[in-house]
Amino acid sequence: MTAVQARPAPAPDTVRPKGRRGPVLLAGLGVTLLLVVLLAAGRGQVDISPAEVIGSVLHRLGLDIGPLPSAVQGENALWIVRFPRVLLAAIVGAALGCAGAVMQGVFGNPLAEPGVIGVSAGAAVGAALAIVTGVTVLGGWTVPLAAFAGGLATTYLVYVLARSGGRTEVVTLVLTGVAVNAVAGAVIGLLMFVTDQSGVQAIAFWNLGSLAQATWSAVSLAAPCLLVGLAVAHADARRLDLLALGEPAARHLGVHVERLRIRMIVITALLGAAAVAFTGVISFVGLVIPHLIRMIAGPGHRVLLIASALGGAIVVITADLAARTLVEHQELPLGVLTAVIGGPAFFWLLRRTRNRAGGWG
Amino acid sequence: MSRLAIGRLRTLRPFAATRTPQPVPAGHPRVRVVGLRVERAGRVVLDQIDLRVRAGEVHALVGPNGAGKSTLLAAISGDLPAAAGRVEVDGLPQQSWSPVELAWRRAVLTQRNTLSFPFTVDEVVRMGRAPWAGRPEQEHDDAVVTDALQRCDIARFAARPYPALSGGEQARAALARVLAQRATTLLLDEPTAALDLRHQELVMRIARQRARAGDAVVIVLHDLALAGAYADTVTLIADGRVRAAGPPDVVLTAPLLSEVYRHDIEVVPHPRTELPLIVPNRSRPDRSHVGKEK
Repeated sequence: MTAVQARPAPAPDTVRPKGRRGPVLLAGLGVTLLLVVLLAAGRGQVDISPAEVIGSVLHRLGLDIGPLPSAVQGENALWIVRFPRVLLAAIVGAALGCAGAVMQGVFGNPLAEPGVIGVSAGAAVGAALAIVTGVTVLGGWTVPLAAFAGGLATTYLVYVLARSGGRTEVVTLVLTGVAVNAVAGAVIGLLMFVTDQSGVQAIAFWNLGSLAQATWSAVSLAAPCLLVGLAVAHADARRLDLLALGEPAARHLGVHVERLRIRMIVITALLGAAAVAFTGVISFVGLVIPHLIRMIAGPGHRVLLIASALGGAIVVITADLAARTLVEHQELPLGVLTAVIGGPAFFWLLRRTRNRAGGWG
Repeated sequence: MSRLAIGRLRTLRPFAATRTPQPVPAGHPRVRVVGLRVERAGRVVLDQIDLRVRAGEVHALVGPNGAGKSTLLAAISGDLPAAAGRVEVDGLPQQSWSPVELAWRRAVLTQRNTLSFPFTVDEVVRMGRAPWAGRPEQEHDDAVVTDALQRCDIARFAARPYPALSGGEQARAALARVLAQRATTLLLDEPTAALDLRHQELVMRIARQRARAGDAVVIVLHDLALAGAYADTVTLIADGRVRAAGPPDVVLTAPLLSEVYRHDIEVVPHPRTELPLIVPNRSRPDRSHVGKEK
């Protein structure tokens, strides 16, 4: 106690920075995605081996390499049913994963997700309105645009309602989501009440979520939404990182917070619409995937956004594969399947967040 | 509206003269506050504030709780709009700078530094380099970040997640981020509040080093002795107005402080350094009821 000793310099941390895991993770996810696509395209009522799937693709590209599908109708099953379905699953999953990551960044809250805060439900209301009223002024784009408008309006509404003082508290966010989901559910119920039998079926499809009606035209409409959304979000990745410091600090670092916020709200609505317009509400993918990615590669958005898109694609393709092959000659609703897994995961996340924050206070 | 349009035109102009901050001689004003009034929820919290912050000086803002020190710093930062008067940064109204141009000029350390996601300390400090992305200064990123980590005595925590640090360590990491920004004006809101004695002195020495290197440093302080020892200029704020401003020995006087803080305060010079020690007048406590066995 008496002598003042020169303190030995503490050893520097030997913890490996998570940032370096990013490229490895992205490569791993990319390879996994390709494998899952091959597997999912081959499985179903007509079984086609991965080698035959590759062969079929190569032949279409004009390369006479590899075997063609040997099964009767194999080629047709692949190109008319399977590929659009698997690709749409990939697009939907990627859109949901990326939308979840962007939303969590903008809200500064790991529990924000299109399904939880009601953006998916809002988009479904938009789509249902378009279906029930039978408006087709914009051709194939009518339903996606209606879903986009619904999603945009809902995101904005939640953003305005759930924030105070530049932050979003977990309780406010989740409760706002409950309210928005309730209102959206009521509107959809009302629409089902006033519409005819075919309308009821079409709307029921939204609420369960399914890829059964995947077509090439759906793929060609959803893909641009995803690509634009991903590109814009990725360009803002560094600014989204800064937002983790809170809005004032991000502004002090030169971010035009207002513009960034508007851009990101439009982007999440676009991604949400890409996901919801053709398949209905598939919940929790956007919540669980970014969270897992953060645990592996850290919270930096440059890796997080792309990895969440890849991870979301893998999960939705896999879930859809399970939905159509688990029960013989029957299809489980995809949205129900993801909710069965995602619901408990959300619960676990909620508990974890609360424990770390020491209660909701 | 028109001011906004002009600001936008300027940023769009091709080959615009570089708007990065230029070095100025010491004593040249970096920030000027003229007749500033700030209102919050319809209540006037600052009024008739005049302030000048010069390159090369440490400028302390002191005053009782609720006097408006943090509000003034927020107004200088650009977080709060002026109800009247103006804030000038490098000779131009604050609003005429774009967010990035402002970020080149002033870095802000706020009192609370939360983080939504578990970035590592190194990543957090690196965020301070964001305004320089895509510019030649980006080349110095690694060196500047390493320097800031070392100065703030947190280099050994660099790989740890920021939320896992203690309050004082977080405060130093936040300061390191602010230093890494390499802005010409530093606005620090109570940077010493969460710190132990050694690190309080460390932070004040850093402030002096930055001033010596030519930066303007504004620092909100509660510890008047720290202001007396480290500041070149002290501005005493009370009830939303400037009560006194000038060198420490002019502002930190017993009668003035006693009046503003509404407590009897003594100012005595340190026997060796002659730096002012500011001591509240305390009576010796009566400890006769403890420690004596009956």
